[in-house]
Order: sequence, then C-alpha cells, then structure tokens
Amino acid sequence: MSNKELATGHAETGESMDDYNDAELKELADRVLTTAKGLGADSGETIIGRSQGFSVNVRMGDIETIEHNRDKSLVVTVYFGHKSGSASTSDFSAGAVDDTARAACTIARYTAGDDCAGLADVEQLATETRELELEHHWNISVAQATDIATECEDAARGFDPAIRNSEGAAVNTHRGTEVYANTHGFVGCSSGTRHSISCAVIGEQDDTMQRDYWYSAARDYKDLETAIAVGKMAARRTIRRLGARKIKSTQCPVLYEAPAAASLLSNFIGAVSGGALYRKASYLLDKLDTQVFSDGITIGEYPHLLKAVGSSDYDGEGVATRTRNIVQAGILTSYVLDSYSARKLGMQTTGNAGGVHNLCIESGEHDLPALIKKMDTGLLITELIGSGVNNVTGDYSRGVAGFWVENGAIQHPVEEVTIAGNLKEMFKRIVDVGSDVDTRGNIRCGSILLEQITVAGD
Amino acid sequence: MSQILELAQSKIWEPAGLAQQDLDKLFSHLMGPDVDYADIYFQHSRQEAWSLEEGKVKSGSYSIEQGVGIRAISGEKTGFAYSDELQFPALVQAAGAARAITAQGQSGSVSVSASGDNDAPMLYSTEDPLSTLRDEEKVQLLERAEQEARQRDPRVSEVMASLVAVHDVILVARNDGKLAADIRPLVRINISVIVTDGDRREQGSAGGGGRHGLDYFSNDMVREYAHEAVRQALVNLDAVDAPAGTMTVVLGPGWPGVLLHEAIGHGLEGDFNRKGTSAFSGRMGEQVATEQCTVVDDGTLPNLRGSLSVDDEGTQTRQTVLIENGVLRGYMQDTHNARLMGMEATGNGRRESYAHLPMPRMTNTYMLAGQYDPEEILSSVDKGIYAANFSGGQVDITSGKFVFSASEAYLVDGGKVTTPVRGAMLIGNGPDVLTRVAMVGNDLKLDTGVGTCGKDGQQVPVGVGQPTMRIDGLTVGGVQV
Repeated sequence: MSNKELATGHAETGESMDDYNDAELKELADRVLTTAKGLGADSGETIIGRSQGFSVNVRMGDIETIEHNRDKSLVVTVYFGHKSGSASTSDFSAGAVDDTARAACTIARYTAGDDCAGLADVEQLATETRELELEHHWNISVAQATDIATECEDAARGFDPAIRNSEGAAVNTHRGTEVYANTHGFVGCSSGTRHSISCAVIGEQDDTMQRDYWYSAARDYKDLETAIAVGKMAARRTIRRLGARKIKSTQCPVLYEAPAAASLLSNFIGAVSGGALYRKASYLLDKLDTQVFSDGITIGEYPHLLKAVGSSDYDGEGVATRTRNIVQAGILTSYVLDSYSARKLGMQTTGNAGGVHNLCIESGEHDLPALIKKMDTGLLITELIGSGVNNVTGDYSRGVAGFWVENGAIQHPVEEVTIAGNLKEMFKRIVDVGSDVDTRGNIRCGSILLEQITVAGD
Repeated sequence: MSQILELAQSKIWEPAGLAQQDLDKLFSHLMGPDVDYADIYFQHSRQEAWSLEEGKVKSGSYSIEQGVGIRAISGEKTGFAYSDELQFPALVQAAGAARAITAQGQSGSVSVSASGDNDAPMLYSTEDPLSTLRDEEKVQLLERAEQEARQRDPRVSEVMASLVAVHDVILVARNDGKLAADIRPLVRINISVIVTDGDRREQGSAGGGGRHGLDYFSNDMVREYAHEAVRQALVNLDAVDAPAGTMTVVLGPGWPGVLLHEAIGHGLEGDFNRKGTSAFSGRMGEQVATEQCTVVDDGTLPNLRGSLSVDDEGTQTRQTVLIENGVLRGYMQDTHNARLMGMEATGNGRRESYAHLPMPRMTNTYMLAGQYDPEEILSSVDKGIYAANFSGGQVDITSGKFVFSASEAYLVDGGKVTTPVRGAMLIGNGPDVLTRVAMVGNDLKLDTGVGTCGKDGQQVPVGVGQPTMRIDGLTVGGVQV
C-alpha cells in the first residue's frame, strides 16, 4: 500500500517545521486577502496549508523506499460582486503571494456573475473552539520506523509458508497545519497528525497468486495496532483468498465486510451532496423527508469526536460543524450542503463545504460471524473494484472478491464476479449493520447485510 | 532539443540563481560508493481551468507549482526527498535526506552536461498553451459547447463543460551525466450533459485533447464532442437492464482499449515483474493471446495525450512491443527496474510531479489493426453484448482480475445490434482474456485524449486504442440472470 493517502506520514525528529509557524501562516492569509481587496475584490477567502512527514517501506526484509514529504500550498478565491476567480501557489514568497492574488482577480474579470456565489453568511461562521485532540506527534527516527516496518513484514511473511512474496510493510507519519481565513474576519487554524502502519503480502497456491493487505491508521500513534498484528492480519487476509474461483450467476444476499461497506455510504453521500442535487445529477433528487433506507437505518455526522480523522470545528468555508442525523430510521432528514449549493436550493448550509465529518451508521448487535450466520447463504464481499456507479440513475455494478457462504459458514473464496443493482433499491434492502465498526476512515461503519442482489459469474 | 534545454534552464534555474556547477556540487552531496543511480528532477508547472454550468462560466482557477525531487538509489533501495524551494541550500538539504538511504562514505563526483538523448524528436510545440487563446475566447469556447449541446435536443436539461490547459516544464539531471529537458503542453475539454424525458434522467459525456495549444479545439470539434455527449445520454435513456453472466462481447474501437490498459498493460510494467507480483511474472515468450493480437505501448506519437519526447528520467520514448502475434514480448521499464532486471529502459519512467517517485507507467497503449471488417465481426455474433464505450477500469495486478465499466452498450441478437443496455461492469482475467479474442477489426482508433491513469496514488495522462474486437467469454455484470 504505497497509496499516497496512507503514505502521508509525520515529522522526522530533529527536522523542524518552524520555517512557517501558525502566526506566519495567518500573516500570509492576511497579506493575500489584503492584496486582493487592494485590487478591487469585494471579498475573498484563503486556505493555507503546510505538511511534513516521511514514510518508510520495507520489502523482503530490506528498506525499499524512504520518502520525505514536505508540502505547502496557498489557495485564494476572490469575489467581485458575484463573480469569482481562484488561484493557488506553493511559493510563499511575498511576490508569489501577490501574483496569486492578482491571478485570481484576473480570472474573476472573465467569469459570469452568479447570485449564489460568495462567502458563507457571517452568522453561520464557527465561534466555538474545542479541543479535539487531533495532534499527537510521533517522535520516531527513520531507523525506528524501519524497525517497526520490518517487524510488521516479518510477522506477515512468517505467518504461513504459502506467503511467498511481499509488496512490503510501510510506516508513515505526518503532521500538518491549515489556516482558513476570509474577509468577514474569520481566521481558523487547525493542526493534526496522522500515522499508519500498513502491509501487503502475496500468497501462492497451484500457480496462482493472491494479494491482500491490512493497515492501521490513527491520529495518535498510541492508538495504532501493533506492527505484528497488522502483519498477521495482512497475511491472514491473503491466505484466505487462495483457491478463489468464480461462481454461477445468481441472485442472493450479500454481506459487505466493514472496510468494503464504507463505499456504500460514500455512494449515498455523493447522491445527497449539494453539487449533485442542484445540478439534478442525483438519483435521490427531491427525496428529503422520504424513506430512502430500510427503517432500521440511522446515519449521522459527528464532527467533534476526539482524535477522529474527520473532526473539525468548522468546514472548508468557516461554517460551524454540527452533530446531526442525515438519515433517521430510514428517512432522509438532511442533505449535505455548502453555502453555494444551499443558496442554489433555497436552503441553509449544513456545514459540509469540503465534505462530511465522521459519518457514522448506527450498528446493530451482531458482529461479523453472527452476520455471516444470519445471511445463511450468500456472498461475503471483502473487496470491490472498479467504479461502476451512475450518480444520475443509481445504477450500480462493481467487480468483487470475497467468500461464498452456505449454512451460515464460509465455503470457499470467490473472485472474478460482479454485483449489480440500483442503489435506490439496495439502500432499502439493508437488513442489518454489524457492530464491527471500522474507525480508520472518515466513514465509520460496521459490516452491511443486503437481502438480495444480482451476482454475475459463469 | 538543445533549444528546449535552454528554455527549461531559463524558466527554472535562472529565477532561483542556479547554474550547471551547482548541480555538480549537489551530486557530490548525493553520490557515494553505494549509490548506483541518482537524479535531480526540476519542474515548473502552470495550470489553468475554466468550468461552465447553467449556461455560465462561473469559475476559473490558476495554479503554479514548482519544485525539485531528488532521488538516490542503492541496489533495490531508494531514498527520496523533495523541496518546493529551488534555492541551493534547500536542494542540499533534500539531497542529504535522499542520500541517507545508503551507508555514509566517500562522496562521488559527477559532472553533468547536456548530452545523450538531446536529439529526441520534438513531438509537440513549446508554445505556452495557456496563452494560445485569450481569456474571453476560453469562456466563449465553453459557451459554444453548451449551445451546441442544447441545440441538439430539447431533452438536454443540464450541460457542464470544462477546459483545462497545463504547461509543464521539466529538467532532469542524472549521475551518468545526462541532462535532459522537456516542455509539455496538455489541453483537455470535457462536456457532460444530463437529458430528461418525463421522470427518466440520464447522463452522457465526451471530450478530447492532447499535447496542443487551446487553439486545437476547432468549432467543428467542439460541436462533435457536444453532440457525442448528447447522443450517449439519449441512448441510455432507452436502455434496459443488462444481462448477467459470461457471454460473447464485442468491444468498439478507440477508448474501449482501456481493456488493454487494465488487462495487459499494468501487468507488464517492470516493477511488478521484477518483484514477481504480477500475474504475468515469468511468462515472457509465452502465448498469452490469440495470434491476431499485437499490442504496443508507444510514447512517440506526435501530440497525443500519453506521448512524451523524453520520459521523466530523460530517456527518449519509443514504441515497445508488449505482445506480438499473441506472444508476450516486452515489459515497460524505468531505469531503476531495467537496471535491476538487466534490461533496457524503454522510456516509461514517469511521475505525477517532482513530489512523487518515478515508476514504470504506460504512455499510449493500443492493439494493432487486424483483418476483419467491423460489420463482419458484429454479424458473426448470435447472442452477446456490443460495448461501444467505457468510463474506466481497474486491475488487481497479482490475481490478474480486471474490470472496466461500460457507459454505452447494446444487446446483439442474430448478428444485429439491438437494444441499449444500462452501464455494466465487465470482469475478466488479464492473462487469459486475450486468448479468447476471436476476431480483430481493421478499424484501429486511438481515443480522443481524455485518459488519466492512477497507480499508487499517482495520476498521469495516458492514451489507449484498439480496433473492434470480439472476445468469446467475458463476464458481464448486469442484473438480469
């Protein structure tokens, strides 16, 4: 998993980020907004971020890559009345910052006015600052990270003789700070860390190979699973896929294992987001206050969870975030809006500029083994590939890998099959949500059991 | 090519006060007895984007990104650091971090000069594509696209269009003394529409581009893209549920070549084969496709989206035969994997930006034309699916299983294309899918220039292409069992 999202690591001991401290970032924000106003802009907003970290990947017992990350960026959006333009730069010198403000103003001259464009309304802006415990520095050296990654990969490679090859184990550590400011006078600054241990190994049986992986990620390194646990889980997940085969096309229940289930909720959020709604590019158009999920389903947003990935006091335009339900007992009770899309729809922003913050689906009482028993016969889905979702119609068709279940027990691994249906109906066919919540990402959910869907195979 | 080198130096080095001798000094910080290879990659990239919806160009953006990525390789180990500051002390710091991969020792000495592949042909203009049209002309271009789409059919209810232009200047210096530069324009227009008929809504999209200026987009082309987007949406308005199961599939020419990219291409990238993690590992010389199939990767086609004069390691691009008459012939290599495998770099070393490590990546990947008339291919199918267009795909390199999702497909019945079916995922196994190719058409077409490939989180522009092709036995992920 040398995946960039995961590979963003934290700082190396001894390397400081003091070249730009919080106060300097705020000064830069002030400079770019003042410059824009000086060029005639009526209002403006800016996001200035910097981040730093490193990642170490160990493969077959030896270091494969050491990557040092150090990034910064400034984005400014300006408004001349309702005309807008934006520009960005990674150069924080005074000259470059002024040029960026100028570039944004130039673009605004050519764009068309839009009544709904502009900053968030003043009364919506966040005023409260909570201690969300997002910053937990991990003071490890590259050498220490290498040791952890080595321990992780060793645990995976030593797990079973069928583990014959490896893509390696990685340790990533990363920290960043972001300032958001606008010409209403709002200035917010938040810092956070993110650390991870990941491992991907390859098993071989009868001349065919299977790969799987596992990772642990947290804002506080103390919350990470141990390197050995991550390695063993990666190996276990790989081994159980060996001997996978196709099955006959059929209609049957499916159970999305928790890490795969998050994608279903992500599809849902895409359909109730302001951008899709005002463009009428959603299969959940005009469905507010109607039943979109089966009645046992409640989905909420929890922006103020301590140490969580998606936690924040305010959204991407300074609007206060709020804990609320989006789906209550199957009824769609709220959309996911920023100020612009809210104005387009004649509604109020829901504090979701930039997306949702810690989306959670309410769990039932069953863990994964109990859900497998409950499904009795069907397909346990552990991996989805391809992005076959039509956001306008809800048509859904994806490649999957997983396990065939009969009599409440796993029979054999399955691959090279697809599942297909329409999300509008699929959401209403959810019969249970597991207690096995995956808390690594911004969408927190347990395994999801769907009563019926088409599986295409032989 | 030396003209390109001078332009790149004046764009990147001069403002930062860097000169050739600074590079030599940097390499002395970077090299050591254990370092097999090292490179320093400078990039200056400008991008402009405009987008239209509801009949108005409501937003535009401009960004500048520049920096340097420094890499030192010792055996299979790679140390990498980058800086978005180009001043010499920042470069020395990054070099030190990259070098830390190896045991400390005597520093080596390197003298970099403009040599080697500097005779690489120019495949595109050095002109800045951002300034090939005035800002008001860019806005007009998108407005025209909108009008063309709306005028095509009254059922068009929404039109979204975007225009992007990138001007990328790169300069790479290697420890073997090579210094190479490239100036890469890239433009793209995309038009998507939603059509509404009663309570049914559908979408369609089309677009194109390449390594051109924005003046590449003639009125006729914009009209053609707009009409194509509307046509696709209208076809889908009448679509019925797709069948589920394994059946004969005919793929249309052009963009459906995404099949080759997923099923074959990724599995033949050098890194996976060096590590033995690809379903194609160790199968060089084996028959992996029917004799009608010859597949190449070619970075040398002028002005194409996936083309490069030199890759991101300064290696001149070429045409690499991947599969010749069904036999596995070649891998796509960057310098690192080529060296470790005792092979030649093929000009496939690419990176998203200075802040990313290079890897073996595809350029333009396509199948050569065969002998059959496309009509003849369709009329040979009794029952099956004709997939005319796709949205994208994905592959599991290790198991070889790949998917690609149809955005326009039809039932085939008695040799005739009949009812359109809703988008369905097709799924297959890379190492054997081409052994099921029964007929290859004589209508090779490359895509219009819209592809972006993601690998390990890095996005690079690519091209694909193929003639019409009949595959006997591909699983169609529909809902009708």
